[in-house]
Amino acid sequence: MITRRVLLKSAAAVAALTVLAPAWAESDGPIRVVATFSILGDMVSRIGGEHVAVTTLVGPDGDTHVYRPTPAAARAVSEADVLVVNGLDFEGWLDRLIETTNFDGVRVVATEGIDPITLEDDHGDDHDGGHDHEESKAAEDHGDENDGHEAHAHGAFDPHAWQSLRHAVSYVDNVTLALANASPDSATAFYRSRALYVAEIEALDAEIRSLLAEVPESARTIVTSHDAFQYFGRDYGLAFIAPQGLSTESEASAKDVVRLIELIRSQGIRAVFLENIADPRLLKRIADETGATIGGTLYPGALSGPDGPAPTYLDMMRHNARTLAQALTP
Amino acid sequence: MIWEAVVQPFADFGFMRRALLGCAAISVGATPVGVFLMLRRMSLTGDAMAHAILPGAAVGYLVAGLSLGAMTIGGLVAGMAVALLAGFVSRATALREDASLAAFYLISLALGVVIVSVRGSNVDLMHVLFGTVLALDDAALLLLCSIASLSVLTLAALFRALVLECADPQFLRSVSGLSAMTHFTFLALVVLNLVGGFHALGTLMAVGIMILPAAAARFWAAQIGSLIASAVGIALVACVGGLLLSYHFSLPSGPAIILGAGLVYGISVVLGPVGSLAARVAVRRHLEA
Repeated sequence: MITRRVLLKSAAAVAALTVLAPAWAESDGPIRVVATFSILGDMVSRIGGEHVAVTTLVGPDGDTHVYRPTPAAARAVSEADVLVVNGLDFEGWLDRLIETTNFDGVRVVATEGIDPITLEDDHGDDHDGGHDHEESKAAEDHGDENDGHEAHAHGAFDPHAWQSLRHAVSYVDNVTLALANASPDSATAFYRSRALYVAEIEALDAEIRSLLAEVPESARTIVTSHDAFQYFGRDYGLAFIAPQGLSTESEASAKDVVRLIELIRSQGIRAVFLENIADPRLLKRIADETGATIGGTLYPGALSGPDGPAPTYLDMMRHNARTLAQALTP
Repeated sequence: MIWEAVVQPFADFGFMRRALLGCAAISVGATPVGVFLMLRRMSLTGDAMAHAILPGAAVGYLVAGLSLGAMTIGGLVAGMAVALLAGFVSRATALREDASLAAFYLISLALGVVIVSVRGSNVDLMHVLFGTVLALDDAALLLLCSIASLSVLTLAALFRALVLECADPQFLRSVSGLSAMTHFTFLALVVLNLVGGFHALGTLMAVGIMILPAAAARFWAAQIGSLIASAVGIALVACVGGLLLSYHFSLPSGPAIILGAGLVYGISVVLGPVGSLAARVAVRRHLEA
């Protein structure tokens, strides 16, 4: 389905571009692509291969929420043919960066056409235990549910959509289309890579689904240090709660910590997960306080370095799922 | 009712008890140092030193990760280097201490930012460097209590010399060779307490608990002994109050504690018995009558 749609769109685009061909005559070398963070960068290089030169602004283990653009970033953006962004207000610093550069290339919003999770106001009683599990099921059924937890540094939608492999296919399609438009000569190569990549994504989705199917009903609520797994939870029927809000910028209060401890105690939550970009000390305290174990490190929004457990997007998703399954299955 | 609001949070949750112990240690250790800073008109020195230790701690973090030891040593080294260099320049040249300190802490801060950038990590160091009082582990508590003990003992040993240096530094310099030694030991205490404080409250908040209670106590006591006692008392009240505010009203704990101290300061400025607005008005009435 998606394949056909994309192919049709791109055929139209190629036809249009043939007319405009002289304008593209100068772009002989690889297309210069700037991706805002490491996950997008990995996707672009998977699809583009040797036909693109990718610059990633926020590198491995970096925190995109609090990134401050450097002059080198501004230069990369001003020279780019294609700029790939996540959208949904994830890159709050992006508009200012684009204004300061004379970027005149194509801007691709990777989340375009996905089914985003709406952020709702937190009325302060969401942590009080008992209902989170049902809520996670509800979230699975209606795409727009979210058991929101202090989530207000962003816009109206939860931006962490790459945590859903389903949505990753949309990301890949959006990027493929943009690359094909920018370099019609290499379009065939892009679509070939896209087909292979999407097959891998779908295989991994099935793998994770069967892996997490073994997690017992009673162990499907998970505590993490960064509220970035709502999409993952929606896809696989898990509920994620975090002491901090959606952004790593807010500092937890004693009341937040107390709510979380009470929730862990009342739900008998077994595992607490650290993530690669938030302060692990607070979670260690909570784990000690409740007797829950620290389950391992999950990667919410950044890849690890090349030697880490999550050097690529697919590795990251696989690592997260295995870490979760290992801690949650008895 | 009061029991539930005030005691229950600490009785029920270990992390609240740890936060309380950590805050108490900082109050006992850092606040008397703050009193001497105030008496020597060096209150802003605390802020400068806090900036000076930040890059040291950042380097410690980059080298060894989130390690209490490495970050403490890094902060101590950077802070002491700035204190010694600034002290040396002000004693050996015509430049005043405030100017030389400002110069060195700015250099240190810039150096730290450069080192962090060269390493190329985008991890927000501020989040790592600014500890939270809710996340104190055993090692951090041990460090805080050791620093408080060391600080109190050192202050006791240096007490006479320090008081003299506050009252008449020229006299101390003329009768004793210990003046420079006293000065640098005192600066070392400032650095030590700030390094301890940043594990609990974050660097800039640590300055708050050092300076604000001392400034507030100035309106309650005139003698040095009672000044220190009331400053420590005010710091403790601010800590308990701040933690309870954080517990009941979902406020971030570090800022809540400092705001608690700020509130006491505000009340003291207006109503304190010694040299406050109210006290001055009373004196004027008395004179006019």
